[in-house]
Amino acid sequence: MIAEIGLAALWLAAGLCLLQFISGAIGARGDEQGPVSALVRPAAIVQALLLVVSFVCLLWVFAVTDLSVALVAANSHADKPLVYRISGAWGNHEGSMLLWVTILGLCSALIASLERRMDARFVKTALAAQGFVALGFFAFLLLSSNPFARLNPPAEFGAGLNPLLQDIGLALHPPTLYVGYVGLSVAFSFVVAGLVTRQAGPELARAMRPWVLAAWISLTLGIAAGSYWAYYELGWGGWWFWDPVENASLMPWLAATALLHSIGVLAARDALRTWTIMLGVVAFSMSMVGTFLVRSGILTSVHAFAVDPERGAFILGLLTIYIGGAFALFALRAGALAEGKRFVALSREGALVFNNVMLSAILAVVLLGTLYPLLSEALGTRVSIGPPYYNPVTAVFAVPMLLVLAVGPLLRWRRDRISRIAAPLVLIGVVLAASVIAVVAFSGAGVLPTIGLALAVTLAVASWLPLMGRNPRRVPLALWGSMLAHFGVAVSLAGMASESAFSTERLVAVRSGDTVEVGPFKATLGAVEPVAGPNWTALEARIAITGGGVDTVLRPQSRTFTDPPQNTSEAALLTRWNGQLYAILGDAAGEGRWQLRLWWKPFVTLIWYGGVLIALGGLLALLGHLRSGVRRSRIGEAIAQRRADRESEAAA
Amino acid sequence: MSGLAPKHQRLVLVSVALVVLMVAGLLAAWGLRSQADYFYLPEDIAAKPPEPGRAIRLGGMVQPGSLRTLPDGVTIAFNVTGREGNAVPVTYRGIVPDLFVEGSGVIANGRLLPGGTFEAETLLAKHDENYTPRELEGLSDAEAHEVLEKSAGQ
Repeated sequence: MIAEIGLAALWLAAGLCLLQFISGAIGARGDEQGPVSALVRPAAIVQALLLVVSFVCLLWVFAVTDLSVALVAANSHADKPLVYRISGAWGNHEGSMLLWVTILGLCSALIASLERRMDARFVKTALAAQGFVALGFFAFLLLSSNPFARLNPPAEFGAGLNPLLQDIGLALHPPTLYVGYVGLSVAFSFVVAGLVTRQAGPELARAMRPWVLAAWISLTLGIAAGSYWAYYELGWGGWWFWDPVENASLMPWLAATALLHSIGVLAARDALRTWTIMLGVVAFSMSMVGTFLVRSGILTSVHAFAVDPERGAFILGLLTIYIGGAFALFALRAGALAEGKRFVALSREGALVFNNVMLSAILAVVLLGTLYPLLSEALGTRVSIGPPYYNPVTAVFAVPMLLVLAVGPLLRWRRDRISRIAAPLVLIGVVLAASVIAVVAFSGAGVLPTIGLALAVTLAVASWLPLMGRNPRRVPLALWGSMLAHFGVAVSLAGMASESAFSTERLVAVRSGDTVEVGPFKATLGAVEPVAGPNWTALEARIAITGGGVDTVLRPQSRTFTDPPQNTSEAALLTRWNGQLYAILGDAAGEGRWQLRLWWKPFVTLIWYGGVLIALGGLLALLGHLRSGVRRSRIGEAIAQRRADRESEAAA
Repeated sequence: MSGLAPKHQRLVLVSVALVVLMVAGLLAAWGLRSQADYFYLPEDIAAKPPEPGRAIRLGGMVQPGSLRTLPDGVTIAFNVTGREGNAVPVTYRGIVPDLFVEGSGVIANGRLLPGGTFEAETLLAKHDENYTPRELEGLSDAEAHEVLEKSAGQ
């Protein structure tokens, strides 16, 4: 019954989505007051409510493990803990697409109920675009990936969830990332509406900014969470593998970061109009490309649930229609957009253009690296692309970008002089030179880690320099946000460089009682004994860690899951302020020995702390812009009110 | 730039962006050509060995009876065979993936040493139906062999 309610709600929502598209399109043609076009806002809101109902139905059938639903039977098992039964609802292809559409619907509803800055015609056009995007995904869900399909007769047991996904990080990672991916659809719809209604000025930028910021914050957190999950769950000790699936989330983030900065220019200075519009299209295109890569089954990974060519072709078709359509509209209308304001190269705009171009170049490098193996395989040669390609080639663009990032925020809009910022420039130069010398003299790290460490130190100092000459109490919230996010970049970079420069690894076969030294610690293997969990059994090693001011026991496990049968390695982590000790239990190595792999990774945690700081900076900026937006509209209302009062007085 | 009309400024910006993107494309093309790990079968290595030290992927079957652990307890040695009976000796230092057994398909990333031994940095085994090396996906071992052979012909 619950499954049928879910499916019915989904079909009704699809109908309302069609209504939203049609009435929005009528509104877009200029008939703002017509009875049909007035339906667009209610249609969007009710559609979102129905989608939430549908999604809650899916959560319900997963929570109670209703094995007459095909999706539950294929992906869940009654023995799993409740939280993983529920998170299993989006740990599969159909459920995750329903989540995607639900978030898309919620975005539509939020635009319909909150967007007051832009005029009615603009909002209707944006909702029509949003509805058009959603329609394709509704068709995809209902025609080729129905999550509520029944199984007759019901299955006796569920097949279970891939144990790698039975983890709290993974329960939260997809929804966070999806909010980011789908949130960028709002940028896309606004850009389309801007092109159709020929509004591409600062108002568009101010209206887009909260949406893009919110999506970008989510993407940042989602990527950081995914990276940390891969780090501790896969047991390879690495935090980023340049796996196509990781790239699929990185590419929208790069585009969104560029978009965020060009929106800043458009809002403040009315420059970079076409460029911003273009980035809006590119950012959502990257979300779609990411979804295509991850969901089409073209890549094999824990993410590729659907190894079904029909679905891949469907998503590819949608991708072509939306991206092709948006670029066609762009080509038709972009030439007619009024030109933006001018600026010189040495200005805040100039620095932001540089940042944008470098981010786009990195995006191109990652995109080519991700697609090349697919193209090459289609032509008959199998290749794989890894860090030896990505690290140096992205660094070529990332290093200049980070150098400019140290200076850019100090520059004035429109035009500036070097002599005005000579003092902070000298300071930045001294810090950079000192940190390069210090790293080279004391660490013997490789070229890239050395550059990374020196840049991180420089940037950590430079990110707070915009405070110079300001009263800290009068610094706007949005500026605090940008400084914090830039500082987060420095922190994260320090973690990455330190991990790759200073990690020490020990791989040994030891007997109980043997001691291994790793970093500042001594690790002594105790007993290796079997333990049992709710749906797994494991061998657990007790490793006593002493030295470096600690005295504790790490318990890495080698787990065997029953549904589905699979082994996973559970790393044990000891987190200190200055790094992490990472322990993995391997196989029995004969003669009573066990394989152990131990890493001491100094300051590795900074990578994710940095990610959180970046997101926090985004949040501060979001709050700051929302507050100033409210203030601006209040002032506008007050002026209008006073004018009305004066007119009525004059009339009296 | 301030002396330029807005239209010309846009032209300058577009040209700068295009030039940088082209540089990115060229760098990427160079990087892709020089840094891609090509996929080799034991037959390929016998016929046309890659230069030692170059990163490659080796795919094949773990030869039954060849798998042994070296005295240090953490290094394993085994042979990877192809259809034509060529065997490449492989060493791997590390914790082997689950379900890595003799007679199963394996993909090893690593380098050929001057002596002809392949030193693997990572091993991917036929893991389970959800997480399989792409080249061996969804196939029985015999079928996997066919695929390996086919991609060898190309």
